[in-house]
Amino acid sequence: MNRRGLLIGATLASVLMTTAAFAATELSMWYHGAGNPVEREILAGIIADFNASQADWSIKLEEFPQGAYNDSVTAAALAGKLPDIIDVDGPNMPNWAWAGYMAPLELPAGTLDNFLPGPIGEWNGTLYSVGLWDAAVAMVARKSTLDEFGIRIPTVTEPWTGDEFNAALEKIKASGKYEYPLDLGMAWTGEWYPYAFSPFLQSFGGDIVDRTTYKTAEGALNGEAAVKFGEWWQHLFTDKLAPGTSQDPADRDSGFASGKYAISWNGNWAALGALTAFDDTLFLPAPDFGHGPKIGAASWQFGVSASSQHKDGATAFITFALQDKYLAAFSDAIGLIPPTPAAAAMSKNYKEGGPMAAFYELSKVQALVRPVTPGYVVEAKVFEKALADIANGAKVADTLDAAADEITADIEKNKGYGL
Amino acid sequence: MAALRSFGARPLGLVLRYALLIAVALIFIFPIVFMVMSSLKPDQQLLTDTSSLRAFLPVGDISLDNYFAAFRRAPVGLFLFNSVLVTTVTVALSLFVCSLAAFSFTFLSWRGREVILAIIIATLIVPFETIAIPLLMVVNNLPWIGPEGLTMGWLNSYHVQIVPWIADGLTVFLFVQYFKDLPRDLIEAARIDGATSFQIYAQVIMPIAGPVLATAAILKFLAMYNQYLWPLMVTQSEQFRPVMIGLQYFFQLNIAWGEVMAYLSLITIPVLAFYLLLQRAFITSIASTGIKG
Repeated sequence: MNRRGLLIGATLASVLMTTAAFAATELSMWYHGAGNPVEREILAGIIADFNASQADWSIKLEEFPQGAYNDSVTAAALAGKLPDIIDVDGPNMPNWAWAGYMAPLELPAGTLDNFLPGPIGEWNGTLYSVGLWDAAVAMVARKSTLDEFGIRIPTVTEPWTGDEFNAALEKIKASGKYEYPLDLGMAWTGEWYPYAFSPFLQSFGGDIVDRTTYKTAEGALNGEAAVKFGEWWQHLFTDKLAPGTSQDPADRDSGFASGKYAISWNGNWAALGALTAFDDTLFLPAPDFGHGPKIGAASWQFGVSASSQHKDGATAFITFALQDKYLAAFSDAIGLIPPTPAAAAMSKNYKEGGPMAAFYELSKVQALVRPVTPGYVVEAKVFEKALADIANGAKVADTLDAAADEITADIEKNKGYGL
Repeated sequence: MAALRSFGARPLGLVLRYALLIAVALIFIFPIVFMVMSSLKPDQQLLTDTSSLRAFLPVGDISLDNYFAAFRRAPVGLFLFNSVLVTTVTVALSLFVCSLAAFSFTFLSWRGREVILAIIIATLIVPFETIAIPLLMVVNNLPWIGPEGLTMGWLNSYHVQIVPWIADGLTVFLFVQYFKDLPRDLIEAARIDGATSFQIYAQVIMPIAGPVLATAAILKFLAMYNQYLWPLMVTQSEQFRPVMIGLQYFFQLNIAWGEVMAYLSLITIPVLAFYLLLQRAFITSIASTGIKG
């Protein structure tokens, strides 16, 4: 080789080696928030910060609309094309972990020490996912309305009892001032039903499934407490205390603000709208039907896919994203509940005295995650149908018996989901 | 008197007939009017107007804000481009392949053609959902030669949305039915003149197949344009998503209905344009079918 060739070869080799040294490994990340530009902007900012903060990994974001996300993940899993970092709705996580879509998430010790319970995605004693926020529901009402009807304003330490709550609804209904005293959001179907309504069942002492074993729904979904819940649930509709399954979605969106409903059972994501509508809006805790006031917990979370070849890089990104400043940024932008006290203190809505601080407290005190089992995806649908049927007049005990049988049969068919 | 009655009955019948037709037309056109009018209104007004006739009128606070917002929320232009590209290419290839197949079934003699035609037509009763997962596994393991050379797996591409839909039982059936009624003399005359089978197909049969081409094109266009499950399964990248997946971008927890209506109005435009383009031939096809029936 002549001198010129040697020079060219050496130059090429050095360029290649330098490029190799600086080329970050690309990690794919799937996210359910397509169509939500605000949320996207924050996530894109975190990714840009992470990519700039180190040279080993580069995150590439792929967005999906929420309504199509779960099916897309299932299809990708079948095709063996899952990304490195996966976004998962909290209650679905056990199913995806059980199905082999997700790998255990090994965060540095102490990372989740101050987290609210909802965003921590554990199944079978193993952490699989973690959320950058939580969501909570509350009884949304106007102070002036409660004062007008002489209804006590409940607190986290002293919520309404079931009797108090029922009496309040009857009193408002008797006035004839509202189309319905209570809006439960029956127009929202799907996950809203188990998320928003199973806490009522749990407060009565029942549950969707027996959480001590996760092997049966018998006794939990059709026991004495569950039947009491079912009868209470049905009377809300037969006595015209709440609009039923035929509720117009438009009324769900605007009924509280337009004065159709006195009290609305709604989430923190709708809180900013309620605060804009009335300056005396209150976010009140769930009533206590005997076994403590309960609300749902766990929203979307991030985890590492089982097929990822770079689990360390994926975990590094998730750890990076859990910084309080990012948790507060999500909260400020879209009203989500920050999962740590420090992030809450940094946020404009959830800091002490903030307009939505009540939700943070509710998440801390009343939150109960939905059944943590791979069978939940089936249980949620069975529960939704049972509640809709009961609301439409089906016999309570028979409907709950059938639902419990269906859930138990599914668990048996899947050999206990490995439990 | 009888003449008067006859004279009076005719206009009355005509008026009744037109009244009925106008009523039916209004039933069909009202949803489209509602959609377009709602796309021009802010959400609060849109929801309030749904309980009155104002829902069908351009009244109140009218603007194009929802359209601008829709473009900010989702890459609407990209979705429209993807859908129009996938749909038109599929329709064009489908018309060619299925008409060729139908020509073979109708005019060529080969062993087993009745059995194979029966099998193809039988696929009409198989719901796509039942074959979706096996089809996904197949396309995920097929090779493809493109600008990047030989690659394995078709996911995240235009061709994965096109190739599996080129041939379908309904389109073949439509062509077969149409070809069966064409005079055999045409074919025989062409054969005597020394035309090859492909020449007969291209120069004798297809020039007189306008009505069935229009019918098959419109039906295929609608089926392709409205695809949801398959693109959802095979397009993981936004770059290849069609309009129906794009619709999901607008269904957040607090739905902006004005934006939904604006998006729906936009994605309806290609369908209406395509239908209007082929309307005359489509109606001719339906009318001629009626006469035969």
